[in-house]
Amino acid sequence: MSTTLKRVHGYLAEFDNPQDLYHAAEHVRDQGYQRWDVHTPFPVHGMDVAMGNPRSKLPWLVFFGGATGFTVAFLMQFLTQVIIYPTVVQGKPTDIYTLPAFFPVMFELTILFSAFTTLFGLLALIGLPRLNHPLFASKRFPKFSDDGFFVCIEARDAKFTKEGTKSFLEGIGGKNIELVEDEI
Amino acid sequence: MEATSHASAPTPSEPRILEREPLVLNNRSYSWITNRICGIVENKQPFLWWILFVPSVILTGVTVFCFTYLISTGVGVWGQKQPVAWAWDITNFVFWIGIGHAGTLISAILFLTRQKWRTSVNRAAEAMTLFAVMCAGLFPGFHVGRVWMVWFLAPIPNANAIWQNFKSPLLWDVFAVSTYFTVSVIFWFIGLVPDLATLRDRCKPGLRKMLYGMFALGWRGGNRHWSHYETAYMLLAALSTPLVLSVHSVVSFDFATSVVPGWHTTIFPPYFVAGAIFGGFAMVLTLMIPARKIYGLQDLITAKHIDNMAKIILLTGTIVGYAYSMEFFMAYYSANKYELQTFQLRGLYGPSVWYYYCMFGFNVFAPQLFWSRWCRHNLWVVMFVCMCVNAGMWFERYVIIVTTLERHLTPGSWRTFSPTWVDIWTFVGTFGLFMMLFLLFLRFLPVIAIGEVKGVLPQSDPHYDPDREKGIQEEDLMDYPDRHVAKPGTAAATA
Repeated sequence: MSTTLKRVHGYLAEFDNPQDLYHAAEHVRDQGYQRWDVHTPFPVHGMDVAMGNPRSKLPWLVFFGGATGFTVAFLMQFLTQVIIYPTVVQGKPTDIYTLPAFFPVMFELTILFSAFTTLFGLLALIGLPRLNHPLFASKRFPKFSDDGFFVCIEARDAKFTKEGTKSFLEGIGGKNIELVEDEI
Repeated sequence: MEATSHASAPTPSEPRILEREPLVLNNRSYSWITNRICGIVENKQPFLWWILFVPSVILTGVTVFCFTYLISTGVGVWGQKQPVAWAWDITNFVFWIGIGHAGTLISAILFLTRQKWRTSVNRAAEAMTLFAVMCAGLFPGFHVGRVWMVWFLAPIPNANAIWQNFKSPLLWDVFAVSTYFTVSVIFWFIGLVPDLATLRDRCKPGLRKMLYGMFALGWRGGNRHWSHYETAYMLLAALSTPLVLSVHSVVSFDFATSVVPGWHTTIFPPYFVAGAIFGGFAMVLTLMIPARKIYGLQDLITAKHIDNMAKIILLTGTIVGYAYSMEFFMAYYSANKYELQTFQLRGLYGPSVWYYYCMFGFNVFAPQLFWSRWCRHNLWVVMFVCMCVNAGMWFERYVIIVTTLERHLTPGSWRTFSPTWVDIWTFVGTFGLFMMLFLLFLRFLPVIAIGEVKGVLPQSDPHYDPDREKGIQEEDLMDYPDRHVAKPGTAAATA
């Protein structure tokens, strides 16, 4: 018989509603925890302030994605229409003055590259997709996608202690506090 | 303080604050919403679903057969002959692509303008967008004739060392439509991820759980994720808004950049976009009114939603009516006799005037019923108007494309178009394809954005106070600080 090794992932505490969760998040933030998160079925308005989250960097990524699309579209059209294969059609010039005819495709590719950057930038920033996560070992956790409101403080937080964190979560009104363990 | 008098005993002279209609009726809980929407996917489908699904599959087969026949024989099986080289196929293309626009309008523009009612219709409308664009894409794809050469539309280096003509609106269209489809898929998918996680968490272990789990990407609903997610959603909405306006503008360039009388007008881009949104909303209502009844979603898709969409149909229908009239006026006012004759033949004494009358009646007169609140709340009337609009928008595209080409600049080559059976059945079959895809969507994916609907419930606000009077929210009172309701039991209320 083999023994399964387990590593503590963190404490999971449940709250009744977004209002309680919001206040709990403010307490956790003020306590100085860094490695923690709240899990909710929908984005709770203002939770970033309650948690002290910074603004997402995603718009910067998307800006550069869009700029790439714009440049690619310009080069693709300029090189093919003016340098490699100029054709005299539709009474339009074959030099750089034909630029206005390139605008629609430049616009579309700007949007296309921006949208792809949004998708992949989002996935990169949130670290998904992943096939499993220690939290899924919890029996109560799947409620997060229905009507459960959770706070999870991870064990890798510098301020985490097995007793201290538990009593802290109890103190701020957490229910069904559970030690989530990860099989290794 | 006036607040004191308000809370203790409302005086008769005080202006009444109208309550905002709730977005979800009957004060439903989070789990009720989850159960009701996931129940559609998890329970057996009603018999009606099968009654609709089987004919849809058969009709899809008809389209497949028609296209197979076309490929094996040639584009001549369609009714196009010079000078009518664009006929039902391009009409159908513009018709279907237009239908998609309502989905993007609901998901992007109404999101940016903070129209919270969009949450219960956006998922289905976005799905409709994708399926409509799929139907649309078939027609120009096969219209090129040798469909196996369709890759020539893409700028790929090839053995002939030739390149596409990027100055042509037809190539702009290729980029616009394919970008539109791709971005719509991304937007739809990102919106689906949290709801797929809900379905995953409710499944028993097995293949379904694995598949939902795979597409849910391991979503855990953490706020550090939601934070980026909401930014991403906002960005996509901001990207899709100009995109949706550009797509039908570019479609209209196919016509407007030519020198054909009746096509060569600057009003086309706004006219096409308004028409697209108009036709799209009619299709959204055509699909959602039966769906909400069959699946018991009346608390989520309420009379208010239908009312709002009816108003948009009225607005855009009237814009379209303005465009029709303005085209006629400009034909007269420009003193261009070819333009004027085109419109006289289109609307007064040409061979296809009844198409014009159908278009005008269905698109401009029928929606005027929506000035009346009673009509907007009577679902039979709403369905009737939507059916008129669905048909009317097809007639509009037919009028623009075919009646113009039938009476070209050279009278010697005039010819009246008549469709062949392949034209008709290819088009009818795409309705089967559209319905089949939509029914499969109802069967396998959450038809309403579960997470988003929960987010607009009053109790989802972190500062929601159940003690405070229902219906009066903080933001409603922002403009009237003197009318602020004091919380019962507080010092202000009891003093």
